[in-house]
Amino acid sequence: MARKSRLHIPHPSARPGDKPDFSYLNLAPAGSVEKPSIDARTRDIEHLSSGLVRVLDDEHRAQGEWDPNLDPEKLQVGLRWMLLNRVFDQRLWQIQRQGQISFYMESKGEEAVSIAQGMALRAGDMCFPSYRNTGLFLYRGTKLVDMMCQCLSNTRDMCKGRQLPILYHNKDANIFSISGNLGTQYPHAVGWAMASAIKGEDHIATSWLGDGSTAEADFHHALTFAAVYQAPVILNIVNNQWAISTFQGFAGGERRPFAARGVGLGIPGIRVDGNDFLAIYSATLWAADRARRGGGPTVIEHVTYRGGAHSTSDDPTKYRPKDEWADFPLGDPVERLKQHLITEGHWSEERHEEVIEEYRVKVTEAWKEARSFGTMTEGPFLNPIEMFDDVYAELPEHLEEQRRQMLELEGS
Amino acid sequence: MAQMNMIEAIRSGLDVVMDKDPNVVVMGEDVGYFGGVFRCTDGLQRKFGEHRVIDAPIAEGGIIGTAIGMGLNGLRPVAEIQFADYIYPGFDQVVSELARIRYRSGGDFFSPVTIRTPCGGGIRGGQTHSQSPEAIFTHISGIKVVIPSNPYDAKGLLISAIESDDPVIFFEPKRIYNGPFDGDPEKPAVPWTSHPKGDVPKDYYTIPLGSAEIVEEGSELTIITYGTLVHVAQAAAKIVGVDAEIIDVRSLSPLDTTALVESVKKTGRCLVAHEATRFSGFGAELVTTVQEACFYHLEAPIERVAGWDTPYPHAFEWQYFPGQKRLAAGIRKVMEAA
Repeated sequence: MARKSRLHIPHPSARPGDKPDFSYLNLAPAGSVEKPSIDARTRDIEHLSSGLVRVLDDEHRAQGEWDPNLDPEKLQVGLRWMLLNRVFDQRLWQIQRQGQISFYMESKGEEAVSIAQGMALRAGDMCFPSYRNTGLFLYRGTKLVDMMCQCLSNTRDMCKGRQLPILYHNKDANIFSISGNLGTQYPHAVGWAMASAIKGEDHIATSWLGDGSTAEADFHHALTFAAVYQAPVILNIVNNQWAISTFQGFAGGERRPFAARGVGLGIPGIRVDGNDFLAIYSATLWAADRARRGGGPTVIEHVTYRGGAHSTSDDPTKYRPKDEWADFPLGDPVERLKQHLITEGHWSEERHEEVIEEYRVKVTEAWKEARSFGTMTEGPFLNPIEMFDDVYAELPEHLEEQRRQMLELEGS
Repeated sequence: MAQMNMIEAIRSGLDVVMDKDPNVVVMGEDVGYFGGVFRCTDGLQRKFGEHRVIDAPIAEGGIIGTAIGMGLNGLRPVAEIQFADYIYPGFDQVVSELARIRYRSGGDFFSPVTIRTPCGGGIRGGQTHSQSPEAIFTHISGIKVVIPSNPYDAKGLLISAIESDDPVIFFEPKRIYNGPFDGDPEKPAVPWTSHPKGDVPKDYYTIPLGSAEIVEEGSELTIITYGTLVHVAQAAAKIVGVDAEIIDVRSLSPLDTTALVESVKKTGRCLVAHEATRFSGFGAELVTTVQEACFYHLEAPIERVAGWDTPYPHAFEWQYFPGQKRLAAGIRKVMEAA
């Protein structure tokens, strides 16, 4: 072929066998970004979208204006939830590998996003999560056994057997049902926030998606509506560097930080160290206060790393260096909060191990209980008759007829 | 000839057509370096380079929209939508643009895009990885819709689809990627090597779009189906012990009306089956086509077997899936009718 393509094709900094290289990340020292007042004009704080808000420094001390000055007890609570998130994920992953559930997705490396944000938000604030927000469900009080029953599609499954594992919801805790499609929840969050404003309430909405999903049209619809109506919403982009096999450059991350996606629409963006519990908490509180005061939406980019595979169906060693996470300059969010608490004299290695052991036992017990409500192979089983419920508010005639046919066949 | 499963046959189809025509490009999520989540494009980027096998942002509307633009500028794009369940963000680009560009420009413009997308259930995929949305697309004038049921057909039909100057949506029933599936989930998986249609020529060949295939000849009943259910229908006919003529539609649009009509005129009885939901499903079109042409030859009402009219439930996959039992019940009903 004589012709030569002039098309630009993004390339990740490292592939399997290469030495990991995160020099593209554009980091900043902890405490180097100043914290504006919540009523700052958007045009005056554009720099927040290109800088990097960090509180924890390399010596594990809290630095700068973004330090939320949380009580050690509160930080311990945060660390405990992150540990529960990780222990829960590890066990469920194992359970999937043993063939006891059909599918699983873990949040490894991204736990601080769900837990710190969960803690910074108010209970009445509505969450529109992605599939890597397991910690949010835990923090807002979803019982381990209920989450496991969902993964088992058993008789206690909140979804009545209709969803893939981990596509949870928790209406009482104000967490919307996770979709299997990407980014669709973003406009929902904006609409929910618009309704909150219409009703004169001060609840805000929040949503999460990954760097990859920012390419979806729904992302852009959400930002446009949020900007036009100044909806009280926090739109989180969890930049974990990888969307299955494609690195963040395929979502446009080579050009500008994801936090800057809203800047053209007049939405402030904050680029945050997504493995820094304190920075995430602080940025979220800032955006939430701003939204509650009528200041409109904020985009928060969490710079983090997908510590595990995309899902149990994925094998990341085929497309990225095996040990890449170990070289990620922002480390591991659990380890960093742990070291901070130890440095400040409020935690210890022994206590840490004790908590992990405590959670292992707790998770094992919950799994035992969950199994008593049925597994994929052993009853009790959900009644297939329920398949026809909830398609509509009331069962229409043709579905009643199909239900009758199915019962007849199942009985034969 | 070589033994291929459906994934390998699709890959081989892409390979030979890319060898033949430098304007063929492949684009989709994870299709390049990684080779696709179902491995259908594995090795193609290494062979043809990253300017012809292009990893795409996660934006199905963007993939289809830009594929249309590439097609307008002389390329012959093959867009992959990772799961048919993800195709809806690209729906406007398919319906309002891709399907109508030739028509609205008085024949001056066209874009020969092929959209490949895995469909169907039976893989524990829940309601967002199991759908069979073919009828939504057969309802649109200006696009062709193809669903192969085996490796041999998959390759030949795919090459025809790519070489067609009309846009084609090419659905790949993912349950039969690795082997034919007769509808019994308890049985051990069978590989394509045990099936005659797993024998696939390594080189270029085509199967024309718009041609159905008589999979089994028979005299008592015609079963019209496509995709995974071709194999289920064969098993169900054996269970009932009926001499059924089984027709694999293969190309839903354009439809090989002649093949269907001739068969039903011969047998006088007809059952239509698909995995997709029943209401306004493609079965309705098949039944009407047969009824209009064969009314005076029919000895019994035409029977339809399809997925229930609900989303695809994760826990009740096998109660939802129209398996052997449901097909057998349908066959008996048609056979027992006066």
